[in-house]
Amino acid sequence: MTVILNQSFTGISIGAVLLLIALGLTLTFGQMGVINMAHGEFIMAGAYTTYVLQKAISGAGVSLLVALPVAFLVAGAMGALLEWLLIRRLYTRPLDTLLVTWGVSLMLQQLARDIFGAPNVQTRAPDILTGNIAVAEGISLANSRLFILGLALLSVLALTLVLRFTPLGRRIRAVVQNRDLAEVSGIATGRVDRMTFFIGSGLAGVAGVAITLVGPIGPTTGTNYIVDAFLVVVVGGIGQLKGSVITAFVLGVLQSVLEYSTTVSVAKVIVLVAIVAFLQWRPQGLYTLRTRSLA
Amino acid sequence: MSGEGLTIRGLRVSFDGYTAVDGVDLDVRPGDLRFLIGPNGAGKTTLVDAVTGLVKATGSVRFGTNGDGTELIGKPVHKIARLGIGRTFQTATVFEELTVLQNLDIAAGAGRGPLTMLRRRKGIPQPVAEALETTGLTALRDRPAGVLAHGQKQWLEIGMLLVQDVRLLLLDEPVAGMSHEERESTGELLRRVSEDSTRTVVVIEHDMDFMRSFARSVTVLHAGKVLSEGTVAQVQADPKVQEVYLGRARAEESADAAPAVPSPATGEATPTTTASAQEA
Amino acid sequence: MTTTSAPTTPAPEVTKATSPLTRFRVPGGFALGAVLLLGIAPLALTDFRLALLAKYLCWAMVAVGVSLAWGRGGLLVLGQGVFFGLGGYAMAMHLKLADAADTGIPGALPDFMQLYGTGEALPWWWKPFGNPAFALAATVLLPMAVAAVLGFFVFRRRVRGAYFAILSQALAAALAIWLVGQQATTGGTNGLTDFQGFFGYDLDDPANQRTVYFVIAVSLLLLMAAARQLFVSRYGELLIAVRDSEERVRFLGYDPANVKLVAYVVAAGMAGLAGALFVPAVGIISPALIGVVPSIGFVIGAAVGGRASLVGAVLGAIAVAWAQSTLSDAFPGAWTYLQGLLFVVAVGFLPGGLASLGAVIRRNRIRTRSGEAA
Repeated sequence: MTVILNQSFTGISIGAVLLLIALGLTLTFGQMGVINMAHGEFIMAGAYTTYVLQKAISGAGVSLLVALPVAFLVAGAMGALLEWLLIRRLYTRPLDTLLVTWGVSLMLQQLARDIFGAPNVQTRAPDILTGNIAVAEGISLANSRLFILGLALLSVLALTLVLRFTPLGRRIRAVVQNRDLAEVSGIATGRVDRMTFFIGSGLAGVAGVAITLVGPIGPTTGTNYIVDAFLVVVVGGIGQLKGSVITAFVLGVLQSVLEYSTTVSVAKVIVLVAIVAFLQWRPQGLYTLRTRSLA
Repeated sequence: MSGEGLTIRGLRVSFDGYTAVDGVDLDVRPGDLRFLIGPNGAGKTTLVDAVTGLVKATGSVRFGTNGDGTELIGKPVHKIARLGIGRTFQTATVFEELTVLQNLDIAAGAGRGPLTMLRRRKGIPQPVAEALETTGLTALRDRPAGVLAHGQKQWLEIGMLLVQDVRLLLLDEPVAGMSHEERESTGELLRRVSEDSTRTVVVIEHDMDFMRSFARSVTVLHAGKVLSEGTVAQVQADPKVQEVYLGRARAEESADAAPAVPSPATGEATPTTTASAQEA
Repeated sequence: MTTTSAPTTPAPEVTKATSPLTRFRVPGGFALGAVLLLGIAPLALTDFRLALLAKYLCWAMVAVGVSLAWGRGGLLVLGQGVFFGLGGYAMAMHLKLADAADTGIPGALPDFMQLYGTGEALPWWWKPFGNPAFALAATVLLPMAVAAVLGFFVFRRRVRGAYFAILSQALAAALAIWLVGQQATTGGTNGLTDFQGFFGYDLDDPANQRTVYFVIAVSLLLLMAAARQLFVSRYGELLIAVRDSEERVRFLGYDPANVKLVAYVVAAGMAGLAGALFVPAVGIISPALIGVVPSIGFVIGAAVGGRASLVGAVLGAIAVAWAQSTLSDAFPGAWTYLQGLLFVVAVGFLPGGLASLGAVIRRNRIRTRSGEAA
């Protein structure tokens, strides 16, 4: 029983990382329909930002806190640049976008290799985050995992508030729901697209800061997460924030519990089969907007 | 008494609480050229969607030529299509990257076996040649469908239904956006198609002039229900129909100097067709 | 009752040019390819280069399937590595078992199992691959069966476009991860390698390596001929129709799921055959050859050459594979940049690939000329 609980907590923290990564994708993939394979490299950029800041600022705690906004800005700027340079020319060709951004992702990985070297690097976690909290008899939680969980939930909250209550959020939703109408209503859709991309990619940067607490980081760090994160969005339902939240945690727990009872690799395969089975039941994902249109 | 043709009983379609079609009964016999009219949101397109299996519905839709019809509710789209029921869409959907001939050949071939499918097309199959003739597209047969004019695409769609040997044709605003000459030709085409006494044709239309010129019978839908049914003259004389269209008809009567038929039910005239096209 | 009412726009009958050049273009090109691959290449190339070419041709065989499924059917198959791997592993398992049997020790296990193996017995799922007929059939049928099952479920529920691409990619990731995890029975990261014989022939003998090359070259030509037949058949037209508008096809009484399934399964079988022939030609199959990255690699060649053109896809795959092995050894970093750039330029700005370059230039020239005239 303790084991199951422990695995579930591990699963929740895996889910929290997945959620942080998928959150940006719900914006760019979910809301805008762009499959950005370079999203993983924005995570990597966030992670390396943390690494660089830690070199510059000695205190691990301070540098981590500084890293959060800086990584958001760095990754967000990269995303906005990518949108402006390439993606906006490809909005009508989603599959091609996937391949083009994959090419970009290759180049960014190589860039990281050239700058930081191919071997993985390790950042130091602040002392506060290195310990464990004993929750109950035999069950303990790593502080760093709790921090990530908190960060993920905070990001969900912030994103929800932005989408719901700010003028920018209203514009984003307007463009998603009816691009043409938004345009004739005087919304600069091009600028809104870029802002959406900025926020979505910035969230990837924040996720990058978080994963420096989980393990060493390297040029291919982002790629390892990206496929799983896309699956979260697919299963959660396109453009559905709450769908992504639930899916991320369910997949995290499922993966972690299965890993314990079988092996890592078998768990991966089972999770994938479960996803295909789930899509049989709900092809549009967990939550959907029902419309009349023939899509 | 579900006889020949299309028999609909108690058809109901809801989207998340909104009832788009609310208990419609409808009978259309072979050889008829039935027009479905009604204001925007009356449920015309949804009714066609339900018959062709595109949206889930309750009630009964039967179609058959031998007295006992086959129940269509609950069947997948392609199975319904194989029963000889074909439709067109408000925005003409043809395969833009294929030629006119290829479009028609694909439409003709749903029953082909695997061996035929794996072979190259040799020559032009007889039904395809006839459909090219009927729709007047013979000279354009090697053009990619994507370069056809709007009206030609609609004819191609109708031609695709003909080669399918469709027994029930459901046409969703076939003349929307067409020029006057194109409308006339389309009307003639529909008349010819429906002269075959084994075919049943149902047309959704907003264009009242077009309806008056070509309809053999008319059903008026309003708010998901059948409001009136009969010949063009009967429907136009129906006070309920006049009431639904009244506000607009009065306004238009003063604007329209030469109404084709002296009736208050002129309803929506040509300009509204563009607005309705966006309904899709 | 005739054509009088529907206005017949006077259109000049499109006269199909039937000059000898056009009529013999396809068989002529095919013959030229056969002469190049079967006559000139074996004479002109050293054993080493010929072996490299054999490897490229295997990838080109995958590209034939990609061209069918993606170029014609619009199915972005990002997991072809799975089928390549299934074919490759099926063949490799047989070769390993045959090698073990050749040692003369009864019940001998493949060498790597003796190294990492935990148990003494051969796993049950290895056993049937000892039979050459079963193994050969499995190289093609196993990938096709997996594709059929996956495709059936995925297409039936109308999972398409990006969703399909991501799912097929996840499949590649899952298989690679699974193989790495099962070191005792699959060789793990190292994969299966060190094959001695190939159905009784010594693989170290250069003459036998040449034979393998010929088998591969002939297979590629046959696959291209088969794909060409599919392209021009009624099925090929229907596949384009499904790509254009799936919903419309459904209203014509076809089930688009089946149409797509055929393309997906055939492409999987082609990738499986390629993987199976890759094993004797290159001497290894491993997770690194079938995961997410190589799976996307299978698409890149087709994208660069022209996804919708069979010859374009094949030449693109060969060219990219050649560039990769030539440049990646000399300048590994520069190659990665170039590879990324190739993707961006080829897919983003030349969606028809190099095969469409001629048409694009011609169009631009006409545009410039009419611009000058105006």
